[in-house]
Order: sequence, then structure tokens, then C-alpha cells
Amino acid sequence: MGRIEAQRNILDFTLSSLLRRKGKNSALVIVYTLVVFLLASVMFFTHSIRKEASLVLRDAPEIVVQKLVAGRQDLIPLDYIDKIKDIKGVSSIKGRLWGYYFDAAIGANYTLMVPPDAQISQGSVEIGDGISKSRQVYQGDLLTLRAYNGEAMLYQIERIFSAESALVSADLILMDENDFRNLFQFPVGQVTDLTLKVRNPREMTTIAQKISEILPGTRPIIRDEILRTYDSIFNWRAGILIVILFVAVLCFIIFAWDKASGLSAEERREIGILKAIGWETSDVILMKFWEGLVVSLSSFLLGIVLAYLHVFFTSSILFEPVLKGWSVLYPEFKLVPFIDAYQVATLFFLTVMPYAVATIVPAWRAATVDPDSVMRA
Amino acid sequence: MRKSSIYLLYVAANVIILCLVFIHAAYMRGAATDMLTEKSEMVKRFELTDLCLFTDARYARHLSMADMNSAFQDMPMAFEHFPSGSIMLPPPHIKRAHGTY
Amino acid sequence: MIELRDIRKVFNMGKPNEFVAVEGVSLAIVPLQVTILKGPSGSGKTTLLSILGCMTRPTSGRIVLHDREITSLPERFLTEIRRNTFGFIFQQFNLIKGITALENVMVAAYPGGEKHSLLKQRAIALLDVFNLGHKASSKIEWLSGGEAQRVAIARALINDPDVIIADEPTAHLDSKLSGEFMETMRRLKNEGRTILIASHDPVVYASDLADRVIEMRDGSIVCSPVVS
Repeated sequence: MGRIEAQRNILDFTLSSLLRRKGKNSALVIVYTLVVFLLASVMFFTHSIRKEASLVLRDAPEIVVQKLVAGRQDLIPLDYIDKIKDIKGVSSIKGRLWGYYFDAAIGANYTLMVPPDAQISQGSVEIGDGISKSRQVYQGDLLTLRAYNGEAMLYQIERIFSAESALVSADLILMDENDFRNLFQFPVGQVTDLTLKVRNPREMTTIAQKISEILPGTRPIIRDEILRTYDSIFNWRAGILIVILFVAVLCFIIFAWDKASGLSAEERREIGILKAIGWETSDVILMKFWEGLVVSLSSFLLGIVLAYLHVFFTSSILFEPVLKGWSVLYPEFKLVPFIDAYQVATLFFLTVMPYAVATIVPAWRAATVDPDSVMRA
Repeated sequence: MRKSSIYLLYVAANVIILCLVFIHAAYMRGAATDMLTEKSEMVKRFELTDLCLFTDARYARHLSMADMNSAFQDMPMAFEHFPSGSIMLPPPHIKRAHGTY
Repeated sequence: MIELRDIRKVFNMGKPNEFVAVEGVSLAIVPLQVTILKGPSGSGKTTLLSILGCMTRPTSGRIVLHDREITSLPERFLTEIRRNTFGFIFQQFNLIKGITALENVMVAAYPGGEKHSLLKQRAIALLDVFNLGHKASSKIEWLSGGEAQRVAIARALINDPDVIIADEPTAHLDSKLSGEFMETMRRLKNEGRTILIASHDPVVYASDLADRVIEMRDGSIVCSPVVS
């Protein structure tokens, strides 16, 4: 009991000591919190998107075959299907029609697709929530798109995809195949790419290899690769994230340096006084440790909570300028909170521990001083 | 009130909030199952391959379908789409073997 | 009660600025008495005081406290003994800046793990004894020299020590305050404490309060009569 009471006493003194430099320490806590907030926000955001991608794209097409000409993606002829349909393990092949439509009216890009189950009737479209909001068009309205030759084409909006599905459908327009081909003057007998279903998912790579052999100039993409694309999205090596990380590390180095570069004469004297009036070396070290922990722990806790609110309650509003870029159509990132304790713990050890340690190390030497030294100051 | 009491209360309050955060997250994950199912159904039905994260460029919109040259658009000196281009690296399958087998 | 046997203290041993502060000192402090260490600066009295109060270990020699040899006790035990046996009043007061008078007094007892509310009560009571109750929440910087010294004395008393040690206590005080200080010491002696003071101020060593004056020069005792 005495030990706990002694600890709390030491904590009391540490807090009094920190309050002496209110301005400096407040600034320190604020900046520290901001850095933790930034790192945690990035962590929560990227992890949630990656997790959601891995769940949502589980049933993406197993193999997609593209044709490349002179290094650019070209249209693929439907009769390629005959050449590869007999590969062992392939259960079905379909042509996929999709492309991009640039809407000059608002400067946005849409993804136009013909759904494989041919459910859309001619003259109708199903559109994403993002388009609906940007163009201010709703179910039952008419959507005007300009064909390749400038002709205005009108479509009846049958359905608007839910706002919750924005992450996959915000910019989507689904239409009938004939409408699609007319809109783009898309040549008959050609499609954008081919999609394959295989009997055994473990055979994907082998089948893809065979496709490359049979159809040189094509490029198969398998589902694993699609999923792995999103596993590494927002990887720390990506441009802006390097900058963020660099700035964060720099901040922490500055904080720790301030502490680790040694104690001022004033601090040394104070430690001498404490020792002279009866504090042991271990008490002094503990005080210094609390000094570091009070700042870093307070900042960490606050930063994490704020980051959670930022990402999952305000849809990462502070990241919006960065994520939006040149886009006009911007999905609201209403993410599902896929957070795990492991990440939070890692962030804790990376941010709190080094600072607490940086505070103790220089104090070690001073703490072992002979209490007698204050007598002769 | 003792300073150490105030501080320890602050820490305790934050730890409680943090626990609430985890509970809230778990609850939201449960509540989101329907939404996630809706999205994965759409992916399956419409044969989608990418999330709609960035709509400013083709290779940003369909990242997994991008090829080594799509970032160059029509010519090597075409503008980089910032900042989406600086947030995303090329997908692993492109980096490894230009998407070949 | 405290016995020093053949104490020698060398500073910066082995270095070019090595110097012997105390040489061949043997001494017995009688309990409940006021002992004065007299001598010019550099005579070693501060060092001797420091050794007597277990603030530093002698280079050679033995210290016996309450019939128990403590010369080579580990730091942990020594600190606890020191904290409970001795109360120090430093020449420069050595109060911690930026915190209140009350907290300064309490800090000396923090490692003991006493219940905070009790400690606070005792500290306030002590400050009251020295007429500083109203200044308890004032920061040290706002106190006058005399007030600061009284806080230093209160701090020295917070652990209820048997021995009070004061180093040149009147160095920064005028005659009036010096007289008040000696009166405080008288009161403490009457309370049953042992007092050790190092001073070259006649107000101290020539005072009727002094039971014994030990004269020092160049690190050794030159004269230690008992003044009755």
C-alpha cells in the first residue's frame, strides 16, 4: 500500500513539475496528439478499406483477359473465346462490355457497363448514387448522355444504387448491350475484355499461363491479383504516405531529442535537491519516467479516440482534399470500422515507449549523483 | 483534488472511451453485414473488379486492370493525376512481371 | 549517538584536481545537544556535516549511528535512514522553484508513501507553527528570504527527524532573522532533537544555545571543547 501511495506522490510531483512550464508542455501535448491522430487516422482508414476490399471483392471475376496492342489496352474479339474455351479447367467464358464516359456537363468520369445477366431493358439505365447526386437526377428521370458523334441519347433511370454501396457503385451506369454499342460506336464482335470461370480456383495461375501461350498479346489477370492489389493499397511507400510518415517520425525525434539531449543545469540541481531531501535514485528515475509517460500517454489516448471519430464518424473529412484530387465524383468514405487491437498496440509501442525511454536515459546519470553535491553548489 | 487523481481519472476515462470505441466498432461491423453482402453481391452479379475510390483517371478507377502504360495516358509527359497517383502504387502483379506470366 | 571513526574524505580521487576535504576526523555527537562546527570556508565543515548526515560516504573510516555501523549500507537503506533520522537545512535553502511552499514541504516525505491527506495535514500544521499557514499555496519565488528559510526548516521537520542539520543557516539573514532562527533551534532542542550547525557566524557559535563548539581548519578538528 505504501508503495502505491509513494507512486502517486511521485506522480503528483511530476504533474506539478510539468505544470510549471504550462505553455511548453501544452504545446508539446497538442502537437504530439496531432501526430498520433494523423498516424492513427491513416492506419484506421487504410486498414478498413483493405479489409472491406478483401471481403467485397471475394467474388470478383476469376480470370479477366485483356488484349494489349502497342502497350495499350485494346478491344478483344469475341472469337478469341473459341481458342481458349477448351483449356482444361475452364467452365465458362463471357465477353465483358465496359468503358468510361466523360460527362462534360460536370467534368466527371463514369464507368459504363453492360451487366452479364442482361437484365437491363433497352432505353433504361441503373445508375450509382454518386451520379444521381452530381447530376441531380433521380429514379424515373431521364439521363442524357452524348454519343460518340455528339448525338444526345436519353435513358430512363430505372434504379439508383444505394448510398451504402457507393464504394463499388458510385460512378456506375448499367445499360443494355445494344445501347452501349450504339453510344460508343463499339464494333460488333468485339468486347472490352473476357471473363472466365474456372472449376478449381487453385488452377487459376496454370490456366492463365495457358491463355498467355495460346493468345500471345493478351494479358490475363486472376482474382488473386485483384485481391492483392487492394491488400497493398495505400502502402506506406506510396508518395504522400511517405511524407506523412516522415513528418511523424521527424516530430517524434524532435520530441525525444528535446528530452534525451540531456538535462539542463536547473533540472540537474533539482534532482540533487530531491536526493538530498530523501529521494532514492529509483524514485528520481520513476519521476522522470512519469514525466515522459504523462505527456505521451495523454496524447496517445486522445489522438486515437479523435482518429476513430475522424475516420468513422466524419468519413475522414480531413483526408478529403487529398483523396479527391482531380475527381469530381467522390464517394463518401462511410467505412466499416475494421480496427484491431494489434494495430493500436503497435502504434502505442511506437509512439509512447520511445518517448518515455528518451526521458529516462539522460536522467539516469543525474539521478545517481551523490546527494552531497547540492551542499557545495 | 489531487493532481494525480485528476490525471488518473483522465487516463481511466480515456481507456473507457477506448473500450467503447472497440465495442462500437464491433457493433458497427455486425450491423454492416447486410451492406457488405449487398456490395459483394453486386461485385458478383456485375462482374466488378475494383472499388470506386478515385474517379479522376482510368488507371486510378480500375487499379487492378491497369497496365504499365496506362499511367502515361497518351504520352509519357501527360499530367500525373495528383494526388491519387501518389497515394497508390502500381499493383503488385504489374510491378512483378508487367502482368505477364 | 553518531560516531565518526577516523574519517577521511577525498574528492576527485585520482584526477588532477584531487583534494582532501576531511582528514583523520574522529568524533562523537552527543544526543539532545546543540553541536556547532566552526571554521573558515574550506575548513571541511560542510563536508563533515554531509558525512554526519549520511549524504556522502567517507573515502575511509567508519560511521556508527545508534550503535549500528552504516558505512557500507546500500543506498536504498541509507536513504531511508537518512530520510527518517535527519532533517537538512541548506545554506541556499534549496527549495524547488515553481511549486508551492506546501508542496515543497511535502515532497521530502513523498517516498515514504504516507497517505496523502494525512501528510498534507501535517505539512499545513508545520507551516502554521512557523506562521506560514497563509502562504501555503504561494509559489516559493514569492516568499521573502526569511519566509523561505522557515519553509526550509518546515521541510526539514516533515519526517520528524531526531537530528536537525543546518549548514551556514544565518549566511543570508539579517541580525533579527538570525536571532529568530536561533530561537527556533532552541525550541527544537527543547522538543528533544539533536542539532548540528556549521557556521562561522558568532551569533551562532557564541550563542548560549551551543552545547559544544568543534573548531575545524584544513579538514581536521583543531579544538573541540565542551561548552557548559
